Amino acid sequence: MSSMPEKNYLTEKRGLKSWLLTLDHKRIGVMYLIGISISFALGGIFALLIRLELLNPGRDIVGAQTYNQLFTLHGAVMIFLFIIPGIPAALGNFVLPLMLGAKDVAFPRLNLASWYIYVFGALLAVVSIFTGSVDTGWTFYTPYSTQTSGAVVTMTLAAFILGFSSIFTGLNFIVTIHKLRAPGMTWFKMPLFVWSLYATAIIQVLATPVLGITLVLLILERVLGMGIFDPAMGGDPVLFQHFFWFYSHPAVYIMILPAMGIISELISTFSHKRIFGYRAIAFSSFGIAFISFLVWGHHMFTSGQSELASMIFSFLTFFVAIPSGIKVFNWLATLYKGSISLDTPMLYALSFLFLFAIGGLTGMFLATTATDIHLHDTYFVVAHFHYVMFGGTVIAFLGGLHFWWPKIWGRMYNENWAKISALLVFVGFNVTFISQFIMGIKGMPRRYYTYLDQYHRMHGFSTIGSWIMGLGFFIMVVYLVHSIYKGRPAGSNPWGSLTMEWETTSPPPTENFAGDMKLTHGPYDYDKIVPRTD
Amino acid sequence: MIESTMINRNSHHHIAPLWLYLAIGGALLVLTAVTITVSYIDLGGWNIVVALVIASIKGSLVAMFFMHLYYDKKIYTIVIVMGLLFLSIFISLTMFDTGRRGDIYEIKSEPIKPEADFYKELPPADSLDQTGHSEH
Repeated sequence: MSSMPEKNYLTEKRGLKSWLLTLDHKRIGVMYLIGISISFALGGIFALLIRLELLNPGRDIVGAQTYNQLFTLHGAVMIFLFIIPGIPAALGNFVLPLMLGAKDVAFPRLNLASWYIYVFGALLAVVSIFTGSVDTGWTFYTPYSTQTSGAVVTMTLAAFILGFSSIFTGLNFIVTIHKLRAPGMTWFKMPLFVWSLYATAIIQVLATPVLGITLVLLILERVLGMGIFDPAMGGDPVLFQHFFWFYSHPAVYIMILPAMGIISELISTFSHKRIFGYRAIAFSSFGIAFISFLVWGHHMFTSGQSELASMIFSFLTFFVAIPSGIKVFNWLATLYKGSISLDTPMLYALSFLFLFAIGGLTGMFLATTATDIHLHDTYFVVAHFHYVMFGGTVIAFLGGLHFWWPKIWGRMYNENWAKISALLVFVGFNVTFISQFIMGIKGMPRRYYTYLDQYHRMHGFSTIGSWIMGLGFFIMVVYLVHSIYKGRPAGSNPWGSLTMEWETTSPPPTENFAGDMKLTHGPYDYDKIVPRTD
Repeated sequence: MIESTMINRNSHHHIAPLWLYLAIGGALLVLTAVTITVSYIDLGGWNIVVALVIASIKGSLVAMFFMHLYYDKKIYTIVIVMGLLFLSIFISLTMFDTGRRGDIYEIKSEPIKPEADFYKELPPADSLDQTGHSEH
């Protein structure tokens, strides 16, 4: 049984000030982790309230106006405060320099600044909730968003500011990956999580400014009455959607790409086998990143966009399936004849394969313009993107969290409770959203406050699913927090992984490694080396 | 101190001669004059194309010589070109929408199988509007 290292980044300095002024990427990662966890809890509570309200037609707990605000806040908080910063800024921040054998990111002060900007943006979003709130949906579509009362300007300003946090993280990661790799770590010896963070960072830097300018244009129209999106003043409301989705579609890949990176790590580690198709997986991340900029119009098939544009966007959208398929098949090939151990992170990785496949394939239904006309703005769409965003990104995030948790805190969580929780989340998620696929096909529109009796049973199923998921997350919070204080010491490499972050102690010292790191073996050389586990 | 280390790191610190700056400045003025002149000639839709091409040439000159991109590492050119590439993707794909809105296919409501029983029960054809729906 190994014991905790006496000197580590958690204990070397103490006190609130040492945290708030830290330049250590690991501490900033942990602070991000706390920030996004609070946001996730907040967004999750909104989700539970939405589902509770939809248990029966008509009013259950809140009025229609409050309901509109609830689903807007659920979307805005989950997207801007949780899922975009989630994997890169929290897990990526902690793990990236460790994986590269570096002592920190390239710009530690910029890193801390990005956290403060994130907190400031998050507080502004919370302020908007208490100063009239927002009922536009997280997409802030015009003309409604320029006309509705409420704190639209505050909320969009918050999203604008959060964008800078995202850009800072992206820039930092690009430079870190270029400049701070350990000697011997060539591009094709980097772990695949690093590749995916690199592709993500490029999207963050290229696309996020477009969201910024879009929201500024919205504020200009709303506050100063400039005619940009309002046809009465010579504007074009559909143009807002072009602007918005030119960012927000690539942003979907900001969310999913790092998740795919985590899955590559998990599948290889827990199959104890060299990843199949390393280069194909690495390049497919860039394929996805590039294609992500060409497909935004598939959010607008029924917006009044020209038919020619819809056809082009529909055609281009199908290309996303190619790099996504490459990844999935390479993961499956890695599993084949592997020596698979079903630890909690691996359970999440396998869940990901199922849920992401469903999410991805139902995306093809929606990319087909003919079926989309029937399915658009129904619960089918809601179910589809929850399968990709939750079933994909959040599940991978949870897998990564459980994978690196012993590295972050140096202690192990209770494996049995973790498995029960993973099962509850998986089952609860499917109960919640498979029923929404069915409702959607039957024509239940999304965002509606009430519904016809024929949808009653399916809404009931969906709400019960949300409770199962909620229970799963509640258990998770309990055993994870418990493990920080009472968990057994994890040792430096509890999973027997070959990437570099496992070569240092858990938790790592402030300077990450005892000496200068040098690459001695590739990240997936399971066929050549038996990893040291302790 | 900081500046000198930066110069050392980028070994390509180039000092362009004064005449080059003056020449580029002159070229920019000439191109401005061309832009104004062309704006008086009616080329229909091509006016905007010509204006944008001239503006792009001017922008490139500024970026290449005043901003020293021409003498610097290729990677900076790649970064700038990437930005422009994505901007052009955004504008061109958006114009497939805004330029072609309302182009709806001609609706031809012809029966697929004219002898089907279904059509015998319908009101006479002349009371149908273009979309095939009955007005009554």
